[in-house]
Amino acid sequence: MSEIRKGYVRPLDLKHGRVDMTHGSGGRAMVQLIEELFAKYLGNEYLGQGNDGAVMPMPKGRLVMATDSHVVSPLFFPGGDIGCLSVHGTINDIAVMGATPLYLAAGFILEEGFPLGDLARIVESMARAAQEAGVPIVTGDTKVVEQGKGDGVFITTTGVGVVAEGEDFSGDRARPGDKIIVSGSIGDHGMAIMAQRESLGFSAPIISDTASLFGLIVAMRESGAAIRVLRDPTRGGVATTLNEIARQSKVGMMLQEAALPVNPEVAAACEFLGLDPLYVANEGKLLAVVAPDDADTLLAAMRAHPLGLRAAIIGSVHEDAHHFVQMTTGFGGRRIVDWLTGEQLPRIC
Amino acid sequence: MKYIDEFRDGELARGLAAAIRQIAWPQRNYHFMEFCGGHTHAISRYGVTDLLPPNVRMIHGPGCPVCVLPIGRVDMAIRLALETGVTLCTYGDTLRVPASDGLSLMKAKARGGDIRMVYSSADAVRIAQQNPDKQVVFFAIGFETTTPPTAVAIKQAQALGLKNFSVLCCHVLTPAAISNILESPEVRQWGTVPLDGFIGPAHVSTIIGSRPYEFFAEEYRKPVVIAGFEPLDVMQAILMLVKQVNEGRAVVENEFSRAVTRDGNLKAQNLVSELFELRRSFEWRGLNEVPYSALRIRKEYAEFDAERRFGIEYKTVPDNKACECGAILRGVKRPQDCKIFGTVCTPENPVGSCMVSSEGACAAHYTYGRYKDIAVVNG
Repeated sequence: MSEIRKGYVRPLDLKHGRVDMTHGSGGRAMVQLIEELFAKYLGNEYLGQGNDGAVMPMPKGRLVMATDSHVVSPLFFPGGDIGCLSVHGTINDIAVMGATPLYLAAGFILEEGFPLGDLARIVESMARAAQEAGVPIVTGDTKVVEQGKGDGVFITTTGVGVVAEGEDFSGDRARPGDKIIVSGSIGDHGMAIMAQRESLGFSAPIISDTASLFGLIVAMRESGAAIRVLRDPTRGGVATTLNEIARQSKVGMMLQEAALPVNPEVAAACEFLGLDPLYVANEGKLLAVVAPDDADTLLAAMRAHPLGLRAAIIGSVHEDAHHFVQMTTGFGGRRIVDWLTGEQLPRIC
Repeated sequence: MKYIDEFRDGELARGLAAAIRQIAWPQRNYHFMEFCGGHTHAISRYGVTDLLPPNVRMIHGPGCPVCVLPIGRVDMAIRLALETGVTLCTYGDTLRVPASDGLSLMKAKARGGDIRMVYSSADAVRIAQQNPDKQVVFFAIGFETTTPPTAVAIKQAQALGLKNFSVLCCHVLTPAAISNILESPEVRQWGTVPLDGFIGPAHVSTIIGSRPYEFFAEEYRKPVVIAGFEPLDVMQAILMLVKQVNEGRAVVENEFSRAVTRDGNLKAQNLVSELFELRRSFEWRGLNEVPYSALRIRKEYAEFDAERRFGIEYKTVPDNKACECGAILRGVKRPQDCKIFGTVCTPENPVGSCMVSSEGACAAHYTYGRYKDIAVVNG
């Protein structure tokens, strides 16, 4: 046993402290940040191994891997923050493949001067989201950039999951006649961010829908319905995601505007800012393309889950060599629902 | 949504469509120009033309602020940002208008220009307040609707004693553009653009009132119906126009009476005339030089005039030769008549300004209606 006295280390000051360049240096300050902040909240047996990589058991099946970077501004918004968003984003990308998400890795790019208290709130929120979804964050990385070279914090999460043989949800499997289902109201996340950013003082704030969709997807798979495609309509919204599926599957689609679930406050904010909810990002919604005969079964299963209460059949798939997504408007006319052009809302996730 | 859904009701739309079909004489064609991009957008987005009988046709007009901005004006803004190093603030769509040297304000931003999108002229004033060491220029575009907010911003900057705020004023006037179209040889001499009446501007008319259009109705015998930007407003206006044509009348009628009066917003008009004066001539994309069609900042407010402050001059730049924006803005051609529509020129890579703004005729047709140009198997 060493006789050398243990040096006193001043604990991280989460109240007034700020990130400085030493926190990314690899030295003591970085170790302290990891121990007192990241490990404190995220701690689990794999992260605790303390090696350059984590070693975990691997169940049978095929490996699914997804990654997602998060640059949302503002970092905190009604209904969530960049922390839980970064966990939900990657879990959802894995879950819509029909896979069970298993492990996450998280990379942080911190800006010098970022309040440690805010970082703690973000990491705590990640921990909560990871725990709720039952997917541990098993490894991570932290880098610090000089003030003005970042914007507070950017987070990249990478996840792995397993998918059983025979579970093949893929964007190219939509067939003419299939029905298109959305799991709930559209545009909530994007408008929550936008309302916050533009300081739109609505009497009831718009709440982001950020959530892990894994539970809902399990319920959908257990319904036995022949699901062809699952996808979460994040950036670019429902319109862009449906166009992706239409192109991959080489089909056209026809939506019914009257069937689209849109929260009144989101509709109002969109109207106000000249946006279309079909193009606004979601972070806790999914689109399903399902065989026509199974549409009602799937819809019932979705509506029985808390994240699918407002699920609705919004359209159908048909043959179309041009792969147009079209819509019958509530007005009685018809129009294309095109790919998103340009950048409607920058830094939404 | 209260006060919105009522104006998008499908049932009422079908009723109006039936009324239009009933009174439109089958032996003649009706050609109406919707002046405003706001109407163009509503017509395309809600599929209004699907509800009209085939002999009632809509012609898109030049009333899209971004569309009529000539390349030379965008070049001025880009020069200010890249060469003079000012912080340039402007409304969203303006960022994507193609300019000289393959640039746009968006691309100039990527090259290091401090260019910011704002939702209101007041945001630009705030940016000037927060950055006293930077010159902030508000690139002010638009018709009579956006002019009063620009005037307010200048007043605000003056009250705050800001020495670093100025305006690159490119505000244009609706009546001048309507005159220009009515005087064009296509309408007057050759008759290649058949024009039986106008759907008059919505928001512009809340400011200038309905009176300025009375001249067109009388002098050129063209009925004008001022209409709101909701699809039912447009349908109602079309019905009123068909009626006027059938009855041989040519007067100004106001469908948008919930917001437009004959005299308009006098307070706004006074403010605008206090700060701005007519330019002798102004170049429009598509309409070329139009006399007395735009505003500039009065001498008394010269310190807020970016053209004077930075000594920049306007240079005419010809449009891309293949681009038909000019003819489309005059109603001479339709978007689908342009050779590069949807091929070289798309919303992602616009060649002409009409493909930029969602109010532009090309962008509206590309985004919402291009399925009509090709046979599509319908479900």
